[in-house]
Amino acid sequence: MTGIFWILLFWLIGNGLSRLTGGVVSGNVIGMMLLFGALCLRWVKAETVRPAARFLLGAMALFFVPYGVGLMDSFGVIVENLWAIVVSGILSTAIVLGLCGRIFQRLNRHKKPTA
Amino acid sequence: MKTLLESDLFLLTLTVGIYCLGGMIYRRMRTTLLHPVLLTFLAIIVFLKTADIDYARYREATSVLDFALGMSVVALGYLLYEQVERLRGSLLPVCISTLAGCLAGIVSVVYIASAFGAERTILTSIAPKSVTVPIAVSVSGPLGGIVSITSVVVFCVGIFGSIFGEWILRRCGVTDPEARGFALGSAAHGIGTARAIELGAAEGALSGLAMALMGLATALLLPFLEKYLY
Repeated sequence: MTGIFWILLFWLIGNGLSRLTGGVVSGNVIGMMLLFGALCLRWVKAETVRPAARFLLGAMALFFVPYGVGLMDSFGVIVENLWAIVVSGILSTAIVLGLCGRIFQRLNRHKKPTA
Repeated sequence: MKTLLESDLFLLTLTVGIYCLGGMIYRRMRTTLLHPVLLTFLAIIVFLKTADIDYARYREATSVLDFALGMSVVALGYLLYEQVERLRGSLLPVCISTLAGCLAGIVSVVYIASAFGAERTILTSIAPKSVTVPIAVSVSGPLGGIVSITSVVVFCVGIFGSIFGEWILRRCGVTDPEARGFALGSAAHGIGTARAIELGAAEGALSGLAMALMGLATALLLPFLEKYLY
């Protein structure tokens, strides 16, 4: 339960900060950074957040079902832009895969002289 | 009868029930195309259409899931912490690759889609397509995107990446297990990470880290990039 409290508290603070900075970054993303920072600085013990975080992360796919069902209302817009979405989605995903893989592999090799 | 079918409790029970059922079918069949979430989307849309319930009602009934999604974004901070602790020392390559992947992902998807004539709303909706759904919708929503398009596109990108990812990586000459895991997490978020975990422990750990960092980088950069890109 303490884990749930920390998560809610950081989200709340994040929302406050988001409001103050003009809402450029959403409150829950700021809350995520705050939780990460608090864990790194040992203000919050990892064990207290673990059960709640594990549960939320494990069930994340269920939580976004309502958004996906929104497809029934936005179906027309997707069909109108089908080619743009499909082609850009596929190409861009391939670009990210290749680029991240190549850069990381190159940088990682410096670290391990054996490889 | 209609009032019962329209009640919050019924719609919520139905959603969780279909999701569990989808999970059971998926474990039997083992094909990524039959992902439980995809089955749940379709089954619920069919139900709502048949029972003549509109989306606004459904959205209202399941708002508790929306709230939980917001909490799970905060919980990603824990995931990030866990992975960073495990990887002390090799953070520089991780940060550089994340930044490159994040910029390349946003710029390429936006330019290719606008070359095909997609309007601004669509561009905003699909710009965060490489990051995990909860972050993607928290980014595209406030910027004026259509969140249901974001969630479906992000989801399909994940499925595509987890099916064709290894083939693309092999074609690009990426053989290092850590680099392969990192790339899968960067391009195909949670679904790619699930695939990376099947490949091995090194792949899985890097993939989880990449997913969390890509989410963070995109959430921070996209609001600024959006002003200059289109």
